[in-house]
Amino acid sequence: MSQKDMVSLNYRVNAEDFAKAGDASSNTKKVLKKLGIPSDITRRAAVVTYEAEMNIIIHSNGGEIIVNIDTTKIQIIARDYGPGIPDIDKAMQKGYSTASDHVREMGFGAGMGLPNMKRCSDEFEIESKKGEGTTVTSIIHIPD
Amino acid sequence: MGDYFHSVVLSEDSCKGCTHCIKRCPTEAIRVGSGNASIIGERCIDCGECIRVCPYHAQKAVTDDLEDIKKYKYRIALVPPALHGQFDTNVGLGKILKAVEMLGFDEVFDISPYCDIASAIIKKHYLQGEKITRPAIYSDCPVIIRIIQLRYPDLLENVIPMVSPMEIAARLIKTDIVERKNFRQGDIGVFCLTPCPARVTSIRVPIGISLLYTDGLISIRKVFAHLSKNLRELQSLERVEGYEFSGRGLKWGTIGGQSHSIGIKNYLAVDGIENVINILEELELGKIRDMEFLEAYACTGGCVGGPLLVENAFVAKTRIKHLAATTPSPKLIGKEKVEKYIETGLFNWTEKIKPKKMVSLDPNIGKAIQKMEKAEEILKKLPGIDCGSCGAPTCRALAEDIVNGRAREVDCIFRLKEIISRMDRG
Repeated sequence: MSQKDMVSLNYRVNAEDFAKAGDASSNTKKVLKKLGIPSDITRRAAVVTYEAEMNIIIHSNGGEIIVNIDTTKIQIIARDYGPGIPDIDKAMQKGYSTASDHVREMGFGAGMGLPNMKRCSDEFEIESKKGEGTTVTSIIHIPD
Repeated sequence: MGDYFHSVVLSEDSCKGCTHCIKRCPTEAIRVGSGNASIIGERCIDCGECIRVCPYHAQKAVTDDLEDIKKYKYRIALVPPALHGQFDTNVGLGKILKAVEMLGFDEVFDISPYCDIASAIIKKHYLQGEKITRPAIYSDCPVIIRIIQLRYPDLLENVIPMVSPMEIAARLIKTDIVERKNFRQGDIGVFCLTPCPARVTSIRVPIGISLLYTDGLISIRKVFAHLSKNLRELQSLERVEGYEFSGRGLKWGTIGGQSHSIGIKNYLAVDGIENVINILEELELGKIRDMEFLEAYACTGGCVGGPLLVENAFVAKTRIKHLAATTPSPKLIGKEKVEKYIETGLFNWTEKIKPKKMVSLDPNIGKAIQKMEKAEEILKKLPGIDCGSCGAPTCRALAEDIVNGRAREVDCIFRLKEIISRMDRG
């Protein structure tokens, strides 16, 4: 098969839109299952997508999630329009969170989002510019 | 049918080819074509939702007949808690068991005391220490184990590897009768009355065990009239004694009752197949971390909502609650006896459950990706209103059927209309 065969999923995620929280991850999971991706890989990709969704909803001014699937890997790109992460090292620490009390009362903001995403990824990258936005890229390999 | 025996079947004569069942099926396992519905075997989980929703009663359950009990010299009936919700609470539990006996059985046992044995083993063995990943899952509902095996194989490590209370009863009773009455095991037939078709599948294609002590299942709906007649004959009697019950065990017939009788505080009790699927999705994502135990039932209300029952599920639930509260409960068996059961392995699963592969678009991932790209293209041309007229539950399901050669684009009446009007214009 040709290299360009790829399924690409695109989700718009709005800030503070808890009603749609989980839509991107559950749809991604459905697609991966239909493609016959092994269940542990599917679960990891679903966790990454879910945490990415929640991050955009809770912390950002809105953004999008793109999931590209080919025969070798799943690439998940979560991009938002700000405000940017001031200290990425701190944000990667388990339990560190800048979430407001209001969000924590809803059971979110435990400071596990980014660490969880990294744990489930084979390759993981964060780029953030204050005032402009953050892009998190996760790659999960699909074994032969 | 080998791997795919199903207790839910379709009677073609009664099927009108409407779309009620395709819409309701939680695994999108039904298609309508040439005026008839058909079930895709590898997707069906025998939940019985289609039986419940079919206005023409074309979806049927394969169960045993009363005739089948005659194959055995000594006939045992097991009565599940759900049966008691089918009759007025004034009837009395003893009379209900007597009425079952009058169907032609030598002995009848209520399953409620055996539910207690399951409760004790779960509480005093499996929920102690780190034996099982939390939340531990145990369900008297065979659909749950099947759907976990099919769609959430990662959760198999949360499942308590123990047979159902029905099978616990069958094992203890059969062994006892072999000793007591000097019958050979093959002479004894153990039949359970069943509220659902899923239980039939659970003994025809058992999960986790290869040797079964339950020999057959009889639909409660099928014998309901007969039972009512027997109960009328018993009307003049004050009460019937001689059977054992447990109020605590009776609770297993309704949602939440299982956790309640085990005595767990931190539990989730979920009923209704859609709700169950949602919870399993969340569990798989690791979103539920603070729960000790999950009981889940495909039917609303638990077993009292079974599709092979007669009484309204909510009425039945209230009755069982009342009966559970007014029937005495013997003490749960002690830790020593629990450990003895575990050691002998009498109730343990003996087979490792293999995850069943969910049907994907293609066994080859590369081809599946190509097919999905194609399906996306087709989907853009479909109206997206999920009307079901094509025979598939959603436009997406139709698009996927088309790429797999199981349907054609003109099966969509909207596409057909477009194509015809284009031809008309020349």
